[in-house]
Amino acid sequence: MANNTLWHEFKKGLWQDIPPFRLVLGTCPTLAVTNSVINGIAMGMATLFVLLCANITVSAIRKIVPGQVRIAAYVVLIALYVTVADMFLAAMFPPISKALGPYVPLIVVNCIILARAEGFAQKNPIMPSVMDALGIGIGFTLSLAVMGLIREIFGFGSILDIKILGDWFEPWIVMILPAGAFFVFGFLVALVNYLSIKQKGKKTETVCH
Amino acid sequence: MERNDLKSMEDKTIDKLQEKPAQEKQIERLVVSSSPHFLRDENIHKIMHTVVLALLPAMAASVYFFGLRAAGLILVSVVSCLLTEYAVQKLREKPVTMWDGSAIITGILLALTLPPGFPYYAAALGSAFAIGIGKQLFGGLGYNIFNPALLGRAFLMATYPVLTTTWSEPLTKGVKAGVDAVSAATPLALMKFEGKMTSHLDMLFGNVAGSMGETSAIAILIGGLYLRYRGYINWKLPLGYLGSMAVFGGIFWLINPTKYPDPLFHILAGGAMLGAWFMVTDMVTSPVTPLGQWLFVICGGLLAVIIRLFGGLPEGVMYSILLMNAFVPLLDKHTRPKFFGEEM
Repeated sequence: MANNTLWHEFKKGLWQDIPPFRLVLGTCPTLAVTNSVINGIAMGMATLFVLLCANITVSAIRKIVPGQVRIAAYVVLIALYVTVADMFLAAMFPPISKALGPYVPLIVVNCIILARAEGFAQKNPIMPSVMDALGIGIGFTLSLAVMGLIREIFGFGSILDIKILGDWFEPWIVMILPAGAFFVFGFLVALVNYLSIKQKGKKTETVCH
Repeated sequence: MERNDLKSMEDKTIDKLQEKPAQEKQIERLVVSSSPHFLRDENIHKIMHTVVLALLPAMAASVYFFGLRAAGLILVSVVSCLLTEYAVQKLREKPVTMWDGSAIITGILLALTLPPGFPYYAAALGSAFAIGIGKQLFGGLGYNIFNPALLGRAFLMATYPVLTTTWSEPLTKGVKAGVDAVSAATPLALMKFEGKMTSHLDMLFGNVAGSMGETSAIAILIGGLYLRYRGYINWKLPLGYLGSMAVFGGIFWLINPTKYPDPLFHILAGGAMLGAWFMVTDMVTSPVTPLGQWLFVICGGLLAVIIRLFGGLPEGVMYSILLMNAFVPLLDKHTRPKFFGEEM
């Protein structure tokens, strides 16, 4: 049973509560840095790291932090992990760090992290918090990767810098511009909603029979 | 639609009247209905097909100046618009209204704003965007905020920035048709980047490089005046827009006649004519109140002149109309005439 709930905490981040499309949280990096697959994955991994560390710490200290100052305490903790992630990227992967620009430091104000700390980690023990962070973080990374994939294919005709569409393909410049990000994001939100409505319809059907 | 319903209701009543005996006729002649009481024999089909008719001179001019490829582009755009309309309405399980003519107009207008050497697949993509996202996503005809054709054109401008700005000389200047045609600058680009002026007469007849349908000012003017004659467009909109461009363009011309073009150049060059007669006047995306219409066209003309003279692009008509379209709900809301005795 305990395993079941843990699995549930992990699974919900992948579809039911997938951050940018269902919770519509963290849309700023979703729109800003997904002009290629690699940028999307890097951004997602950085967020996953910060989310995991923040959830563990917040869950561990949830009983000692006074309620009145909890948000301030969380932000200081999150800022610490973001600094680590930022410096790590800058040291190990300078080109990606350059491409992501200010969006890595901006993870501090990413709603997903504060929302998970406030909404989940401060009420739950460490293990569920870890699973929650992993689920949401991986869901976020996948979403960004899918956004990046679509935009890179149409905007450059390539995946991970490998050309897949021949010379006949005239790249859609709009896809790598901010406007393209909004189009793709809108379509994906619509698709996710459509699929989950369909899913729900099926479920109620089985209940009825 | 409501008008049509009313109309058909009245038709039915009249049919009934003719069947009934004389005594009952007297009673049933008292038709109780809400206003409007005078009904015109008009509907979406008729209006839209009249607009298509009004676009014929511009289409003919584009084929005359740029060859059969222009006709091909128009055909591709129209077919793509119709198919997209059909596909989206099927997908959304709505009644299919692809033959009401509005998609045909969008296709024609979009094609007329494209350069003659534009690839067919790109025109099809732009049309699909114009109808799919510009119109059907908002709920179909009557619900769209932006003019679909201009939105399609703006999308193509962002998607294929090079293709949408590669112009060719008209056939009448003795060059071959098609993609291999010599590339040339439009009068606006010549004015902006090289400081050269084009003769007004060439621009009036369309003997210049540019988008297929916007080069020949006179062909568009004929179509526009026909629409005005049929009463489908409000004179305030096209004349106000062109007038605003002429006045604001004229102010800069008076300040420095050697650097800035004269007012006549402004209204003859680029998309001013096509925009003023067929896009500013779009029934769906223009304000309904008189004051709102004045504000709409004056601000639109000012924006177009500013973009032309000081912006990064040579032509500003498209963005000026799209920007003003966004303000239409606001204009309509705040310029609503007062009821008698109403306090605002």
